[in-house]
Amino acid sequence: MLPVIPLAALFLAAFVLPLIALVAISLFRTPQFAELSPAQYLRFFSDPFSIKVLTDTIWLGTEVALATLILAYPLALVYAASGQVMRTLITFLIMLPLLTSTVVRTFAWIVLLGRDGIINTAMLSLGLWQAPARLLYTWEGMVLALTQIQLPLMALPVINSLLRLDGNLTRAAEGLGAGRARIFVTVILPLTLPGAIAGWLLVFAAAATAFITQTLVGGGRIILMPSYIYQQAVGVQDWPFSAALSLIFTLAVTGIVFAIGALSRRCVRGVDAA
Amino acid sequence: MELALSDVRGLSLDLKGIGHAFGATVALDEIDLTVAAGELIALLGPSGCGKTTMLQIIAGFLRPSRGEVRFDGARVEHIPANRRRIGMVFQNYALFPHLTVFENVAYGLRARKTAKDVVAAKVEQMLGLTQMASFARRLPGELSGGQQQRVALARTLAIDPGLVLLDEPFSALDKNLRLDMQIEIKSLLKTFGVTSIIVTHDQEEALSMADRIVVLNNGRIEQIDSPDALYDRPASLFISSFIGHTNLLRGTVTDADRVQLDAGPEIDLGRSTQRRRGTQVTISVRPENIAFGAERPGAIPITIRATLPLGAVSVTEGVTASGEAVKVSQARAAGIAKAQAGETAWLAISDVSRVSIFSTPVDDVSKFQQRSV
Repeated sequence: MLPVIPLAALFLAAFVLPLIALVAISLFRTPQFAELSPAQYLRFFSDPFSIKVLTDTIWLGTEVALATLILAYPLALVYAASGQVMRTLITFLIMLPLLTSTVVRTFAWIVLLGRDGIINTAMLSLGLWQAPARLLYTWEGMVLALTQIQLPLMALPVINSLLRLDGNLTRAAEGLGAGRARIFVTVILPLTLPGAIAGWLLVFAAAATAFITQTLVGGGRIILMPSYIYQQAVGVQDWPFSAALSLIFTLAVTGIVFAIGALSRRCVRGVDAA
Repeated sequence: MELALSDVRGLSLDLKGIGHAFGATVALDEIDLTVAAGELIALLGPSGCGKTTMLQIIAGFLRPSRGEVRFDGARVEHIPANRRRIGMVFQNYALFPHLTVFENVAYGLRARKTAKDVVAAKVEQMLGLTQMASFARRLPGELSGGQQQRVALARTLAIDPGLVLLDEPFSALDKNLRLDMQIEIKSLLKTFGVTSIIVTHDQEEALSMADRIVVLNNGRIEQIDSPDALYDRPASLFISSFIGHTNLLRGTVTDADRVQLDAGPEIDLGRSTQRRRGTQVTISVRPENIAFGAERPGAIPITIRATLPLGAVSVTEGVTASGEAVKVSQARAAGIAKAQAGETAWLAISDVSRVSIFSTPVDDVSKFQQRSV
């Protein structure tokens, strides 16, 4: 019990207390901290723009999680079928993004996607494109960059659960006459779902809250919750509203994380062979 | 049996000149085996003897480096596992943990795109045969080992396989349950008339289940025979020590039918040793073929080490003057005096015709001798 006291103290001071402060601040009606009321929350839910920012942010997290999921399975299957040398190489490539700073990774994407960036320059000089395409400061560019940056969060748990899958199960399915696609859908996918869910939750939460990448690759044209909160707090100096935004965003992300977790635990059982 | 099972027939299996190597390691060498339709065969051998490799080659998970695999006379090496009409029962049963008993048994039928009502009828029939009907909606994790094994067998038999392969099927079961399941599964396999191959390292399992036993050692077949023949007439020193318990006694041939044992006496085998005088031999005498007797010519003196009461029989362990361990098994009838450790006793071979004789290998016999009961 005793050794966890420093951690508990840190958690209390750096997380619980600020959270309580945040709740308190969000309950003031004006930026001058006058009058207690739920006005900030009413303001959020009656404002279509604010709601759009929230749903866009959640949608971004969903898209990035889905993209990493689709990329992670082939990667995991190749990994599981590979020898030791190849596995080490794949692990290194997967881990690489985690070994560089977010800012560096994001700037690398700016270099790639920019108007005079590598992709545009290459396509133009190959004559495939007539004019430079706008890749940077677009939704798609942002999804692409976040997908690459957050792939390890999905790939590692999926690989881990695939390696723990009993090889006799796929052999049994094959022996019973199932082809590769059926084995994947009825055996591999449901039994590695816990890994995929873990990955999904990590990527979803990380992508939705990725302030730096969202801001730099999105370039301020796309307003998402993290930059919205920053703008309200630092730009407009409306602390009560930005506190309310923070709490709504936190609750939305954790709510979705818990809901998906609970829902898919039920689905794992219900997966049918049909 | 009221079920229409008469049209279900096992297929015949032929292995010819099968060889397989993993890199430089030879796992199987020159395997020839013919299995008749409906026969129940056990592949028996110590771990690393190549029996699992052989199973995987028959199943189609592994392509042999050399040789032919024929099902009903047709070569199948190029046919993948999912097209071979093979049913596989795995050591850990490999039931799909996320599917119910019903869905597990239905898996193979659904993979064959069988109509829904046919699937339901077939699964019901299989669960009925294996007495698992009331567990249809359970998950495998909620079943006991024996129940899981029944489901595994029902799942395998549901696809009407021509050949069922069982990989160490009883090793995960309690010893008490094992014999019951062996009887039950043997009768199920026989009812279906399906050809079956059981891979095991447990000689009791092989002896109790199989019509014929194939003994593998170091990637080669040592002997193929019925359980009785294997026990009574082992073809090699390895088999005599691997199948059941035995006592190995060294000696020298002194006459056409006589052997001078290192342990003391000269014994008359009642038949020709078919070896020249002076040849070093090892005779194998089963513990139940040896009994305590009086001190007389031909009796083998031993020093008692311990007596182990093992339920129906009592096993006495002793050591000869030449240092060979000897076990004597006798029915625990009343009136048998319990021999005390350290005493000297005299042993007589009950039936010399059931004694096997082998040339003593160049290396030590002791590697074939068993340590304890």
